[in-house]
Amino acid sequence: MSDVMKTVLQVLSAAAALTSVFLGAWLGRKWAPPGSRYNARPVLLGMTAAALGLLALGNYLGLVWTPPEREMGDVYRIIYVHVPAMWMAMLALTVNFACCVGYLLQSSWKTDALAESTAEVGLLFGGYGLVLGAIWGKPTWGTYWDWDPRLTAMAIMLVTYVAYMALRRFVEDPEKRAVWSSVVGIISFVNLPIVWFSVKWWRSLHQVQSTPKTVDPDMTLALRVNAWATLILLTLFLLHRYRIALATREAEVALPEALPTDVPGPRDNHASEVA
Amino acid sequence: MRRGRPISLLKTVGVLLAKDLLIEWRTRARLNALIFFALATLLLFSFAVGPDTKVLARNAGGYLWLALLFASVLALGESFRVEQENLTLDGLRLAPADARAIFLSKALGNALLLMLLGALLIPVMVALYGVDVAMGVGPFAATVTLGCMAISAPGTVYSAIASNARARDVLLPLLLFPLIIPALLAAAKATSLVLQGDPMNQLGSWFGLLIGFNLIYWGLGFLLFPRVIED
Repeated sequence: MSDVMKTVLQVLSAAAALTSVFLGAWLGRKWAPPGSRYNARPVLLGMTAAALGLLALGNYLGLVWTPPEREMGDVYRIIYVHVPAMWMAMLALTVNFACCVGYLLQSSWKTDALAESTAEVGLLFGGYGLVLGAIWGKPTWGTYWDWDPRLTAMAIMLVTYVAYMALRRFVEDPEKRAVWSSVVGIISFVNLPIVWFSVKWWRSLHQVQSTPKTVDPDMTLALRVNAWATLILLTLFLLHRYRIALATREAEVALPEALPTDVPGPRDNHASEVA
Repeated sequence: MRRGRPISLLKTVGVLLAKDLLIEWRTRARLNALIFFALATLLLFSFAVGPDTKVLARNAGGYLWLALLFASVLALGESFRVEQENLTLDGLRLAPADARAIFLSKALGNALLLMLLGALLIPVMVALYGVDVAMGVGPFAATVTLGCMAISAPGTVYSAIASNARARDVLLPLLLFPLIIPALLAAAKATSLVLQGDPMNQLGSWFGLLIGFNLIYWGLGFLLFPRVIED
């Protein structure tokens, strides 16, 4: 493949992904709120096609086109799904943190619904990435699990967000749930760097772990195409989950006048058997 | 919420803390239960690991902190259940007491309780596991103080949340345990170093981590707690 081709591929995949994110945000406003009559099918189909197409291309690049790695051989190719999944998990959880802060500054059901969907989708991608990492660990390190700082921190992160989701399930009053889960979301996110440093010290006081990586540019290209494809997938997942979350909120907040104003108002407390 | 000057905030904290300690002293139910729970936990570790005193002594720091952490779940859960019975938390807020003062007093009260528990567990540990405190009482007291404060700040915020939720007994440890891992790690490591000596001078970095953890969570709790108990 010529250099021009590679540049074109990079630019095209990035453009497709960013357009999809933009479209996703737009659909989130137009299509996701309950009662919307907007026909999103063509756009959704287009985004799905873009995601699947880029994924197919990325997997072709990753599985066939890129050279095998010097030490790990073909085993390393799992990186093309593992790393994008982890990136998307972090992205989703960062958005979740922003939503939590945003909700405490100005309460809105939309922020709460987005927080719920980002946490859940982030957890999904994180769990998927962690399993892939464990599968990768077996042939390279010889075990599925190693107390490597990255792995440990990731596992702790996932448990933290499982607790966040559990809290959301356990609180019935939607308004309290939104406030409390925002507080927990902020604390959980702030904890991530602390966990990272502590686990790193915990390990590094025993042995120094260093993995200097010099990556082939072709591998970077394949990784990027896969990451952009996964970003479209993330947008789609988030969009659908956000729509469900908004519908659930509306079902919970039984008073019909509560939703259009989009500010949590007073309501009856026994209205949430849905969650 | 009334925003008092720092002096009046501290005064409120003092009054509330005195109130909590008085309740604690008059019933002594929580403290007694905690002591025996923690003792039983320490005893169970020796059965789970076996009678090899060398292994027990080497892991004593970890066992101490696990016992304290398990006990802290009981202590933290109780600290807001006391307020719920007669809706006294609402009364406090109508008094009006600054919500931040409520946080500080509750967190300080829980930290004090845990520190007391830690101090009581040390002689037991010396007897059961055959450890000796190599670096003296000063660093040990510092470790226990920092570790207990690290547990109590996020623990107070989470117990205020969990005490109002469904399945609160499950929710508090579920929320607290993953969060507390850095503090547990640092406190257990620091305790092991204090007990066995610190030839590589690592104690400082673990203390640093504990202090940082404390600063962050006491600060976050101070900022966020008013939102947790608002209605």
